[in-house]
Amino acid sequence: MVEIGHFALVLAFALSLVQTIVPLFGARLNNQRLMAVGGPVAVTGFALTALSFVALAGAYANSDFSVANVWENSHSLQPLIYKITGTWGNHEGSMLLWVLILTFFGALVAAFGSNLPATLRANVLAVQGTIGAAFFLFILATSNPFIRLNPAPIEGRDLNPVLQDLGLAIHPPLLYLGYVGFSICFSFSVAALIEGRIDASWARWVRPWTLVAWMFLTGGIAMGSYWAYYELGWGGFWFWDPVENASFMPWLAGTALLHSAIVMEKRSALKIWTLLLAILTFSLSLLGTFLVRSGVLTSVHAFATDPTRGVFILCILTLFIGGSLALFALRASRLTAGGLFHPISREGALVLNNLFLTTATATVLVGTLYPLALEALTGDKISVGAPFFDLTFGPLMLPLLVLVPFGPLLAWKRGDVIAASQRLMAAFALALAAMLVTGLFIDGASVFAALGIGLAVWLVTGALTDLAIKSGVGSVAPAVMVRRFAGLPRSVFGTALAHLGLGLTLLGIVATLSFGTEKILTMRAGETVELSGHTLRFVGLYPAQGPNYSEDRGRFDLIGVSGSPVGEISSAKRFYPVRQMTTTESGIKTLGLSQLYISLGDEGKDGSVVVRLWWKPLVALIWGGGLTMMAGAAMSLMDRRLRVGAPSRRRKQAVAPAGLP
Amino acid sequence: MTRKQKRLSVILGGLAFLAAATGLTFYALGQKASYFYMPADLTTASVQPGQRIRLGGLVEKGTIQRGQGATVAFSVTDTHKSVKVTYTGILPDLFREEQGVITEGTFGPDGVFVADSVLAKHDERYMPKEVADGLKAKGVWQESKSE
Repeated sequence: MVEIGHFALVLAFALSLVQTIVPLFGARLNNQRLMAVGGPVAVTGFALTALSFVALAGAYANSDFSVANVWENSHSLQPLIYKITGTWGNHEGSMLLWVLILTFFGALVAAFGSNLPATLRANVLAVQGTIGAAFFLFILATSNPFIRLNPAPIEGRDLNPVLQDLGLAIHPPLLYLGYVGFSICFSFSVAALIEGRIDASWARWVRPWTLVAWMFLTGGIAMGSYWAYYELGWGGFWFWDPVENASFMPWLAGTALLHSAIVMEKRSALKIWTLLLAILTFSLSLLGTFLVRSGVLTSVHAFATDPTRGVFILCILTLFIGGSLALFALRASRLTAGGLFHPISREGALVLNNLFLTTATATVLVGTLYPLALEALTGDKISVGAPFFDLTFGPLMLPLLVLVPFGPLLAWKRGDVIAASQRLMAAFALALAAMLVTGLFIDGASVFAALGIGLAVWLVTGALTDLAIKSGVGSVAPAVMVRRFAGLPRSVFGTALAHLGLGLTLLGIVATLSFGTEKILTMRAGETVELSGHTLRFVGLYPAQGPNYSEDRGRFDLIGVSGSPVGEISSAKRFYPVRQMTTTESGIKTLGLSQLYISLGDEGKDGSVVVRLWWKPLVALIWGGGLTMMAGAAMSLMDRRLRVGAPSRRRKQAVAPAGLP
Repeated sequence: MTRKQKRLSVILGGLAFLAAATGLTFYALGQKASYFYMPADLTTASVQPGQRIRLGGLVEKGTIQRGQGATVAFSVTDTHKSVKVTYTGILPDLFREEQGVITEGTFGPDGVFVADSVLAKHDERYMPKEVADGLKAKGVWQESKSE
């Protein structure tokens, strides 16, 4: 099976070359038969990559330690779920997952792209094939997961205990679906440049792909953040770690792309900019892959540090970013500029959004790359952390967030700020009230906390105002209002949900940072501690045995008002003997949207244990907001107008109305 | 507004943004980036009390002292020099004697480094990269330590 997987991978590489060359020539020669090769090849390439991936996953599930990759990252005693997720819990396997998703998206274009112009489809598949070829070659040449060991070891070296978690099953696949999903936008852009032609149908195609990729990337980042929060035991949800930034930059640029694509689709303006943004977004995805996979950074994610891999990915990076930008420079002038608009209009608001987001992306980029550049040039080692980003990213985000509720209320072409402001009066009043209540009535609230809470409420109420205005609250009868509300385009709900989610995330962040409390103390069994009105009793430490670890589990009782326990929290220190590693399993109790978080430290000689406790008010909103944003994207995708299949269905209806009930 | 004016306003607006962001970025890099030092570097580099730095090296053998509550004192050494560090909190799981660590914080007026974060890398096969590089530069790196 392993050899079949290896062989399938080589075949997939060969097919990706075919997919690159044949449709491209077909499009040039306008040869239908050559162009038609792209689709089946893309689908077959995906099937082969999937086969290869399944073969590797099978080797992991069966603990086949004759495969070097399995031996290094698995153990026969691991639970089956971690054996399987271990497939991508290492460099080679995660690159295989990367190309699997890449070919998956290529196959989707092939399968659903029948209503695309033939040359555009051929070119898109060809570009997608090129990316595939580069990464297949990378895997086969430097990171082959199918290399055998002879003689085969009896036992494996275990998966990094930090990764033995359900988070590994969810975070990387989601993140990659997002990262790699932007490759479609990239391929469409490069294809448009190759053709030297771009029109509104192009935007209608690119926008859903952007939405899909953005949706998964949002989920991937939110999930990664929650995973780091509970797994690392530091209680933090975002560290401005370069690896996090690597996924955050494509998200920021992708968010900008999402917005500029709306302008392009609705008003066929900002064409060239949208195209450039699509290229930049995927370039940032590639840069992220480089940063994480090359080993230039030390991090949990840097599984291996083999310099040849870094150089190889750097070459891929240079080829694709340099190539696409060069093509852009050559061809962009051929594309015709689109419609006109007044600066104060929906388009103008979206342009402003893009300015803020791309500038913010640039500051994150500088903060991420500057330490690397400085070390290469001068040898000085610096670290750029939260204080840097608070000072650069923060001020750029604040005005953007203030402006968000205005955007959807402005009309296309020429908007009226005063009218929009009047409509937002209620939202503004609520935000102001929230600000005052926070500032005046909550002990220890800082000015920032009050402003932050006010801003979050502003975003949430602003999003709801948009829905209320569009369904005619206050101007029509309730029955009409309900009908209008139900009849609103799905994309309007999508916008409102996404902006609402942004507000919720902000609310969670501000509440947690401003009103969270923390205690570090040593406790003995039977002692109690109080934290922000919650009383916890330390019951004691209990040793336990897991499948491939042993642990000391610290049990805590949450004491209710009556003095009896109302809940239980436990945190553990785990020891994984194979890797001789200790990990901390944090204990979390969710109360409403807030959480009590316990992390165990070292055991003292006298039976006392160092305990770190946090009270994190509204912390669940941070990720809940992310989920809401995902829901917004899903809602937008369901908009009939945006559905890629919709035009063809209408056509069929027109042709054969008799066949329909 | 004509196309030309529109384009001009977008470009000017964009430039203004970029200028503001560049200014902020440079200011923040000057103020908020923390430099990495090893103990021996501190004799030549001038680090003010209160200036935020990262101090890396090995946890010196026999220096870990558990004090009041969750406060821990230990020395970080690069085998040439060592610096006393105090830290209140939970040490990372991989914190051990003679293991590489990176601590981040400021020097107090008494010359003791008060750390507010202590990092030991998650994977015990690797040293923190900065520490490994530093030790190599000082000629005390043994390859065997990395495996």
